[in-house]
Amino acid sequence: MTDLLYSDVEDQLRGSVRELLAERSPVTKVLSGCETSTGHDPALWRVLAGEMGLAGLAVPEKHGGAGASLREAAVVAEELGRAVTPLPYLGSAVVATAAARAAGDGELLSALADGSTIAALAVPFATEPTAAGVADAAPFRGDGGAVTGQALGVADALVADVLLVPADTGLYAVPATASGVERHPVVSLDLTRPLCDVSLRGASGRLIASGPGAADAVRAGLTAGAAMLASEQLGIAEWCLDTTVDYLKSRYQFGRAVGSFQALKHRLADVWVDVAQARAAARYAAVCVAGDDPDAGVATALAQAYGSPVAVHAAEECVQLHGGIGFTWEHPAHLFLKRAKADAIGFGTPDRHRAVLADLVKLPA
Amino acid sequence: MPPEARRDQPPDPSQVRARVKEFLATHDPTRLSRLEFLRARFDAGLAWVHYPEGLGGLGWPRARQPVVDAAFAEAGAPDNDPRRIGIGLGMAAPTILAHGTDEQKQRFLRPLWTGEEVWCQLFSEPGAGSDLAALATRAAGDGDDWLVTGQKVWTSIAHEARWAILLARTDPEVPKHQGITYFICDMTAPGVEVRPLRQLTGEAEFNEVFLTDVRIPDAHRLGEVGDGWRVARTTLMNERVAIGGAALPREGGMIGVVAGTWRERPGLRTPALHDALLRLWVRAEVARLTGERLRQQLAAGQPGPEGSAAKLTFARLNQEISGFELELLGSDGLRHDEWTMRRPPQVDFTGRSPGYRYLRAKGNSIEGGTSEVLRNIIAERVLGLPAEPRSDTNVVWKDLPK
Ligand SMILES: Cc1cc2nc3c(=O)[nH]c(=O)nc-3n(C[C@H](O)[C@H](O)[C@H](O)COP(=O)(O)OP(=O)(O)OC[C@H]3O[C@@H](n4cnc5c(N)ncnc54)[C@H](O)[C@@H]3O)c2cc1C
Repeated sequence: MTDLLYSDVEDQLRGSVRELLAERSPVTKVLSGCETSTGHDPALWRVLAGEMGLAGLAVPEKHGGAGASLREAAVVAEELGRAVTPLPYLGSAVVATAAARAAGDGELLSALADGSTIAALAVPFATEPTAAGVADAAPFRGDGGAVTGQALGVADALVADVLLVPADTGLYAVPATASGVERHPVVSLDLTRPLCDVSLRGASGRLIASGPGAADAVRAGLTAGAAMLASEQLGIAEWCLDTTVDYLKSRYQFGRAVGSFQALKHRLADVWVDVAQARAAARYAAVCVAGDDPDAGVATALAQAYGSPVAVHAAEECVQLHGGIGFTWEHPAHLFLKRAKADAIGFGTPDRHRAVLADLVKLPA
Repeated sequence: MPPEARRDQPPDPSQVRARVKEFLATHDPTRLSRLEFLRARFDAGLAWVHYPEGLGGLGWPRARQPVVDAAFAEAGAPDNDPRRIGIGLGMAAPTILAHGTDEQKQRFLRPLWTGEEVWCQLFSEPGAGSDLAALATRAAGDGDDWLVTGQKVWTSIAHEARWAILLARTDPEVPKHQGITYFICDMTAPGVEVRPLRQLTGEAEFNEVFLTDVRIPDAHRLGEVGDGWRVARTTLMNERVAIGGAALPREGGMIGVVAGTWRERPGLRTPALHDALLRLWVRAEVARLTGERLRQQLAAGQPGPEGSAAKLTFARLNQEISGFELELLGSDGLRHDEWTMRRPPQVDFTGRSPGYRYLRAKGNSIEGGTSEVLRNIIAERVLGLPAEPRSDTNVVWKDLPK
């Protein structure tokens, strides 16, 4: 059986990411900046992606990467979820990087590996990692290097330097500053990962994959994204659980800590059980996707189908068990609630992932 | 006269409609101003027909009210915009009716019902939410008046309110439930400061309210000194049927919004979502019928602990349905309308946008008693299960750990 535990190296990695985020992007800071956030923090990105080399975790060493894998990137995603950090890690270091890697584009990979370039796959955040999802997500036309079309609700594109655009004639790398590229910010449910609408009118781009290779690259990006999102969701659920446990130990009503009421203890025990299970599923997805395991499809759909509702539920319990305070803007619980709910839609809703599983494990409707 | 007095011969619906018709014949809503019309409707006893005569009612069963409302609506008459004055109608009015003096009933009920005066509820405090009886706001006697000092929090619509129902501690030297007195507080009085408190929707429906030596005449005390907890229970029982207890047609609430989206947007449909929608639809319709049944049981008199079940179900359904709506919308569910800080004039559960509805619904299981507290009420007061052992009820309030 695959190793579902965290290695020592991964534990160290987690420790240093957590420390960095606690210092540079504490939740209080994310909260106070959330209304003007672009989903990015360039100074923090330089440290995390560049100096610490975490944007290149899944990039082979020959292209300037760390030569690690998405297994380690999953730990980063988990910590970023745990701190609802507004950074384009998922879009650039995971999705775009996996797509560039599948397309075999060394030039782009090198630029992504050190974090100097941020890229985003120009598909709606809700796109599921299936053939149908990939087909729906490519409404662009590519005419001799001039790309035209529109994608709505794209994650991490607002701050990207390069857009990876799936078109009928292949996958194009389009500089975000090219003429004909327009990005309109979208008021988003998740304040810490604002989306944008991307429209291209004859924007010139470089063809990085064509034919079935283009669809494969898009699919690889989406699959990596869905698998890593499961770890992010795990991090969200962990924060919500830990924060709620702490609160219920310190909030007194009826002359006792409200955490001493058995009704609440059982609720949190249930969340803990769910989180432990979500962790196993997220780890399995990370391991499979990192190792190109044949079970990667099942593992990803499983982690998404299971983990999305767990994160949403943990965030909803967090709000509820904080009472009136949990319903206020000044308490950060809502950032996690909004992220969790948006993530449940990102890369497809749980019911879509169950449908994918049904095919893969031969349980037809 | 108590409402039961006429229960032996309640008018049938056709008689009710005739009564409204008779009223409309002499009060043409197109010729009277809205306020004149509403005042006349109140004076004719057609405001809340289960209230006594002279106080906006006719002592009829509660179940006749929807017939009256429908008859006025059919005639195109203006209503009192009940959503704007929900706390007055749902909580302050039944409490004043049950515990108020004649002067208080005469002074407050009419402008409350017509909407001339908006009410809010100054109950919760930072340290006293579920454990409301632990409240620390102090009311000290000063001649014929009381001077009130303390902090209230999460006070809905305080920024619109002319009056508040207020709980304050008049005796810290007795156990906590015994030292509370119930007041009517003038929100325009010196010393009342209302500050917006922003909610996770981005808006501030609710507020923090700071009270500093606010002078309240003894004539605005509701019930006896030290009997405030008993009076407050009337308010709380009514609150639980006011939130989620409204009579609605089929698909009248949150489920209707989602059903509409489903019908209008075939492109969103999948078999899995269809099944999920219908499961919610079934639960919403059964909840509606349960509410109808509860209202029939309550034909007269005050709601009891069973009312908690209606609010519990309402909150759970609103949350699940609005959560489902976002997933149904998929990509569109990730888009929001706006996060602008505003102070809305009324509370709205089903309005604005899918994201708003999802977030606002989170409050339904907290406001007016949390779902956990309501479950305790059902378990202990309906089912008679033994209560949790308590260490706080017999201790003098000032000696309680804070
Ligand atoms: C939208 C909204 C509007 C509101 N409007 C008003 C208003 O107009 N006027 C007003 O006075 N108040 C208002 N409130 C306040 C509301 O009544 C309180 O928030 C509520 O009673 C809970 O109190 P608390 O927030 O202190 O939570 P706490 O009492 O601290 O509870 C924290 C958690 O512990 C749980 N808990 C507490 N005791 C028990 C127990 N014995 N067993 C099991 N679980 C328990 C609670 O259910 C909750 O989940 C409003 C609140 C909201 C969210």
